[in-house]
Amino acid sequence: MKFTNYLKDIDNVGIYPICSLIIFTLVFAGVIIYTFSSGKKKMQDNANIPMQ
Amino acid sequence: MQIEKFYYDNKIVKQFGAATLIWGVVGMLVGVLIAFQLAFPALNFGIPYTSFGRLRPIHTNAVIFAFVGNAVFGGAYYILQRVLKARLYNDVLSKIHFWGWQLIIVLGAISLALGYTTGKEYAELEWPIDILITLVWVVFGVNMFGTILKRRERHLYVAIWFFIGTWVTVAMLHIVNSFEVPFSLFQSYSLYAGVQDALVQWWYGHNAVAFFLTTPFLGLMYYFVPKAAGRPIYSYRWSIIHFWALIFIYIWAGPHHLLYTALPGWAQALGTVFSIMLILPSWGGMLNGLFTLRGAWDKVREDPILKMFVVALTCYGMATFEGPMLSLKNVNAISHYTDWTIAHVHVGALGFNGFMIFAMLYWLIPRLWNTKLYSQKLANTHFIIGTIGILLYAVPLYWAGFTQSLMWKKFTESGQLQYQFLETVTHIVPMYVLRGVGGSIYLLGALLATYNLYKTMKAGQFVANEAAEGVALKDQPLPQSKMHWHSVIERKPIRLLVFSLIVVAIGGIIELMPTFLIDNNVPTISAVRPYTPLELQGRDIYVREGCYTCHSQMIRPFRDEEARYGAYSKAGEFIYDHPFQWGSKRTGPDLHRIGGKYPDSWHYKHMNDPQEMSDGSIMPAYPWLLDKDLDTSNTAGKIRTMQRLGVPYPEGYDKIANTELREQAEKITASLRNEKIKARSSKEIIALIAYLQRLGTDIKAEETVNNP
Repeated sequence: MKFTNYLKDIDNVGIYPICSLIIFTLVFAGVIIYTFSSGKKKMQDNANIPMQ
Repeated sequence: MQIEKFYYDNKIVKQFGAATLIWGVVGMLVGVLIAFQLAFPALNFGIPYTSFGRLRPIHTNAVIFAFVGNAVFGGAYYILQRVLKARLYNDVLSKIHFWGWQLIIVLGAISLALGYTTGKEYAELEWPIDILITLVWVVFGVNMFGTILKRRERHLYVAIWFFIGTWVTVAMLHIVNSFEVPFSLFQSYSLYAGVQDALVQWWYGHNAVAFFLTTPFLGLMYYFVPKAAGRPIYSYRWSIIHFWALIFIYIWAGPHHLLYTALPGWAQALGTVFSIMLILPSWGGMLNGLFTLRGAWDKVREDPILKMFVVALTCYGMATFEGPMLSLKNVNAISHYTDWTIAHVHVGALGFNGFMIFAMLYWLIPRLWNTKLYSQKLANTHFIIGTIGILLYAVPLYWAGFTQSLMWKKFTESGQLQYQFLETVTHIVPMYVLRGVGGSIYLLGALLATYNLYKTMKAGQFVANEAAEGVALKDQPLPQSKMHWHSVIERKPIRLLVFSLIVVAIGGIIELMPTFLIDNNVPTISAVRPYTPLELQGRDIYVREGCYTCHSQMIRPFRDEEARYGAYSKAGEFIYDHPFQWGSKRTGPDLHRIGGKYPDSWHYKHMNDPQEMSDGSIMPAYPWLLDKDLDTSNTAGKIRTMQRLGVPYPEGYDKIANTELREQAEKITASLRNEKIKARSSKEIIALIAYLQRLGTDIKAEETVNNP
């Protein structure tokens, strides 16, 4: 039941972690850039939608 | 700019709200009954319909899909209309959604009581109901997206994202986990077997918690907590990060339910890593909710609604801290298969889900009926006894789980297991009694809430259609500020749906695909043969009676488990198990290598009256198995279905299956006769004995020392 034995049997196994890492990083970078670059007023307006 | 007048549909919210209360009380009542069954087995009443193995799935399905499900639909329909400034898309669809869901609940309860089950936890409902669930879910989706499309508010408020994420992920989970091949009008075998089935099932099971019990509740939180506190959410920025981080990470964590099992190691490691990462978004969300109350803590002192929200969010924080800890392998080695897990889920279910729901209803119903809550005092009392109920439920079970696990692992100085399994059970029965009392107190609180809300309804005047107004989207000017890519996603609901699907599908695909595509992930063992027809029938009885709710079939590679149960379980031993029956709880001992351990006569007497064979056992009696004739009319169909699933029965085996079945049954009857038991070979008990005696014998190593 060794972890590495299974991985060795998968063709081009390296693609899985690389893909997931890239997607992961891109999504998080995107979300963080967006949230911190958008204007304060816009965020306040959005937060106030239920309060109207 | 022309202002349009329209009406919110409150009737559908009222219907779902009433269904929440009714099913909540029913589900909790069943929960209290099965809690006491574990202390007093006589409460199983000796009939199939009220035995623990059948009631436990009814309890879990009722509270998850009926209590929580109805609350989510009601809450979501209320919120959608308000934050989108539009009436629900279609009243007929709303009606179909409501009555369709209630039909599913009723059919589910009846079929589970009758023993129709797929044998996969929280996905027990059989294939016709699975199809019905899919249809009703599509109706919900169409109604939600239709409303979003005709909205009068450009920005989709964050609560809506959580509902969209919920909808798309639950659809994916339900469909992937429900692939099954029917062998009769009401019954089927899982398409997957053994390790694959386990992986899919816990990918589903874990994410059912994530996307049915968590994300929709965060949607409710992002609306009702600000409303009840009278101030907007603490940080809208946080809520965006919270959403994407949570749905991205949650989907990967499923394998933490299968640590130390025969699941390949890489999948176990993946599950653990992502479970630890989950702390961040979970706590971010919790704190965002709690910080919303900044400057409003004086209100928390008086308002039962805010009190309940605070306790609910705190319970959410505790459960989501505990969850990652439980997915560490060294902690899991102690907690898994014990009552610790049950305590953990009930902190979430009673504390987070339950209190969120009651707080929501206390806030909602007075507004729908245009009145004040009947009794603020009663609601405060509910808060107090509910909290006591949660503590009295959870603390004894933590204690029981810890104690039992340590007792299982204890060896004497001479290297023998110190305790028989039964001793570890009788030791914690007092804790089971306390847990039952805790559950009853919580139920009492739910009844108080029902009474209080009923009186509120009586006092008020229901507003079925609430007037509102807004400007149509096309008449609204576009905002002047710079456009961001995320704004584009937020404004385009279909795009948000597609992005959410991609995000959750990535995790699912990377997690599941390697195990599916690579045969080598499950090494085959030549000694492992398909079940004989009689064993197969016996296995189906095992599934029907819900034996998996108390017995595991998965021996982990620990010294104590090998000493107690035999050689640890290998992935290759389960390749013909449609569905897998590894279980998740050991209220009774593991059964993977039960085969050959006891004579046939022991099983015969034990099933009829467990206490006769093991004094102090809390197992229910199954006397009906001794009376009921085995239905062999479906044997051929079952064999053919198994062949279609890839089980290598020889060509034409279905035609001779019943002959072989009878031969094997005669052998077992003869062995019973030698032990002075007169039994008919046509009875169900014979098939069950055949299955139990087969379990784990294919590669059984030399008898291990020191069993029971």
